[in-house]
Amino acid sequence: MAIVKTERHPELPPPTTQTGVVGWLRENLFSSWLSSVLTIVAIYVAWQAMSSLISYSFINANFAGVSKEDCTGTGACWVFIKARFGQNMYGFYPEDERWRVNIGYVLGAVGLFLVLSDTMKSKKLPAIFLFGIYPVICYFLFFGGFGLSQVETSEWGGLFLTLVLASVSIFVALPLGIVLALGRRSEMPVVRMICVGFIELVRGVPLISVLFMASVMLPLFMPEGVNFDKLVRALVGMSLFSAAYMAEVVRGGLQAIPKGQLEAANSLGLGYWQSMGLIVLPQALKISIPAIVNTFIGLFKDTTLVSIVGLLDLLSVVKAGTTDKNWLGLATEGYVFVAATFWVFCFGMSRYSIWLENKLHTGHKR
Amino acid sequence: MTVDATSQPRGAGDSILRDPKVRAVFFQILVIVLFLAFVFYVGNNAVVNLEKRGIASGFGFLSQPAGFGIGIVLLVDYNAQVSTHGDVLLIGVINTLAVAVSGILLATLIGFVFGVLRLSNNWIVNKIAMVYIEVVRNIPLLVQLLFWYFAVLSVLPRVKQSINFGDTLFINNRGVNFPSIVPESGFMFVVLAFFVAIIGCVILSKWAHKRQDATGDQFPVLWTSIGILVGLPLIVSFVMGNPMHLDYAALRGFNFQGGWILEPEFLALLIGLSIYTGAFIAEIVRAGINAVSHGQTEAAGSLGLQSGTTMRLVILPQALRVIIPPLTSQYLNLLKNSSLATAIGYADITAIFAGTTLNQTGQAIEVIAITMAFYLSLSLTISMFMNWYNKRIALVER
Repeated sequence: MAIVKTERHPELPPPTTQTGVVGWLRENLFSSWLSSVLTIVAIYVAWQAMSSLISYSFINANFAGVSKEDCTGTGACWVFIKARFGQNMYGFYPEDERWRVNIGYVLGAVGLFLVLSDTMKSKKLPAIFLFGIYPVICYFLFFGGFGLSQVETSEWGGLFLTLVLASVSIFVALPLGIVLALGRRSEMPVVRMICVGFIELVRGVPLISVLFMASVMLPLFMPEGVNFDKLVRALVGMSLFSAAYMAEVVRGGLQAIPKGQLEAANSLGLGYWQSMGLIVLPQALKISIPAIVNTFIGLFKDTTLVSIVGLLDLLSVVKAGTTDKNWLGLATEGYVFVAATFWVFCFGMSRYSIWLENKLHTGHKR
Repeated sequence: MTVDATSQPRGAGDSILRDPKVRAVFFQILVIVLFLAFVFYVGNNAVVNLEKRGIASGFGFLSQPAGFGIGIVLLVDYNAQVSTHGDVLLIGVINTLAVAVSGILLATLIGFVFGVLRLSNNWIVNKIAMVYIEVVRNIPLLVQLLFWYFAVLSVLPRVKQSINFGDTLFINNRGVNFPSIVPESGFMFVVLAFFVAIIGCVILSKWAHKRQDATGDQFPVLWTSIGILVGLPLIVSFVMGNPMHLDYAALRGFNFQGGWILEPEFLALLIGLSIYTGAFIAEIVRAGINAVSHGQTEAAGSLGLQSGTTMRLVILPQALRVIIPPLTSQYLNLLKNSSLATAIGYADITAIFAGTTLNQTGQAIEVIAITMAFYLSLSLTISMFMNWYNKRIALVER
């Protein structure tokens, strides 16, 4: 009679093997026989790598001192980086004038922050500052003028030169790339052919040969007496090279815009430049921003190649340091430092690109 | 003011200026004229400058003696006194091809392994693959090459203290020495047997396909092929009385004699290129496999396919369609990046031809033009091959 239970049985917690730490471990590390073996091998490898990395760069490393003799540990000799830090950052830029570079950094950082982040509603003013006024200020600040003493570009170097190369190249390459992309999609066969020819020619050859060409052949192509600075030659090469890649990225964006947008613009009576500038390009550039950032990351990494044509960027300054007779045998420290510096910049940019992609991914989200 | 379109026929003078077609023609003529003027201006300057510097033009320099030594020479004879700049070009081309082809193979292997590991359900394996990809992709290739060359390979023990693996493999700061195969008379038959085996495998796989289409029976093509490829040359070699012997590298005097050697320049370039490109390929592979919808796996499972078969017959063929185009551009990048050899002294075309030959002869235009033409034609060859492969595996739609 009374075997039928009237009240509801209380809900039991899920079995402990399926939840919490144990459940997570079972699912993610020991889900099968093969997975368990892999886990153990991977933990061993990771442990070995991590422990040797940490003991090399921190525990057994030397941080204090002024010369190689102060490096008594078995690990890294960071004294080397510390002692040459000024040169690594600014090259041979006169020490009394380095504040000018720092002011340039601060202004650039503020401008970039205002343009890239969401703090300001209207980005018109910061954009005008960053792309219009800031380059002019930088020119006089870094090079000299208005009472500031002149600093020749042969004295520029280190991370400063790397940043100058990357920012000037992108500043030239983006508009040039947009023009090339529009030319490649133009209905005029001659314009299209010239643009396709340029883009495919440049994309088919290595950057080094473009840089060689810029440094060896550019002087040949100029009339007598016109002589370009070594930095300007490298800048021309890098800008043309990245413009071709930028053009393909922008073309990808242009192709993604439905034809109806252009037809609608035409039916409103807009001309070519109006419909491109007001209707098509804003949409195309918006969807290609992540790809543009990726191209910029590639460009930033490629700036190291200027060391081959004799400019003193971060890599070549550090490399020169490793052959200094007072600091021989410290190649590892030098290259690890360069690698870490580049990694911080590139990883930061790639995270920004992912953040931007998510932010711009409006209207298609479910 | 209102405009009545019907009552205003376009005037004759109006239409010429406003006709888009006329404008397009005019604009294109303008572009051609400007382009030709630019080419003429630049060409004229170049001719004047070259004359002034007393640099000859033309390709005669290719038959002049080069007069400099080259570190790594494969397949051809090179003598600094007799050999010409044309020989230098040939050696540069061979060296570039050697490192590019082996780099492409190794990078593909690394990329596919890490791409699959990155998708692993195992958390720690997944994270290790992620760390590899994120670290390597964000560091310039040149820094990595210099690191491998100057910080890893150059600090290996000296020749006398070589790391020794059973007297067959020696690793030191001048490279990796390993035994070479020295052919004796009759070795040609073994090589011939190997090629016959390859042809046999192709015929076998065609026959197996036909038989499966007709009867539904599967034939173990892979294992049979491996058997034929290994077995046939072995049998022939045995019949001929093993017409070869191994030449072990041995320390004589200050250096190793005999055997084959992989120079540190080549190794650094190969390791650097394939690890760098491998990280990019891993991301491409991951994206490609992710692009195949999960329903495909479920459908394959409901048909009773096992996970290995599902991967091979269902997932990979579809993923490859997504993978191949970006993979092609990675191969092209690897080829172009191999020109960084010049930074670590590997004798590729950029280092010895666009570097040393250019400096010696001063004929910048010809040298750079040949170098660029080489890279361009190789790029076009690779992309043509990959496009052909892409077409073969592309979705066949009605």
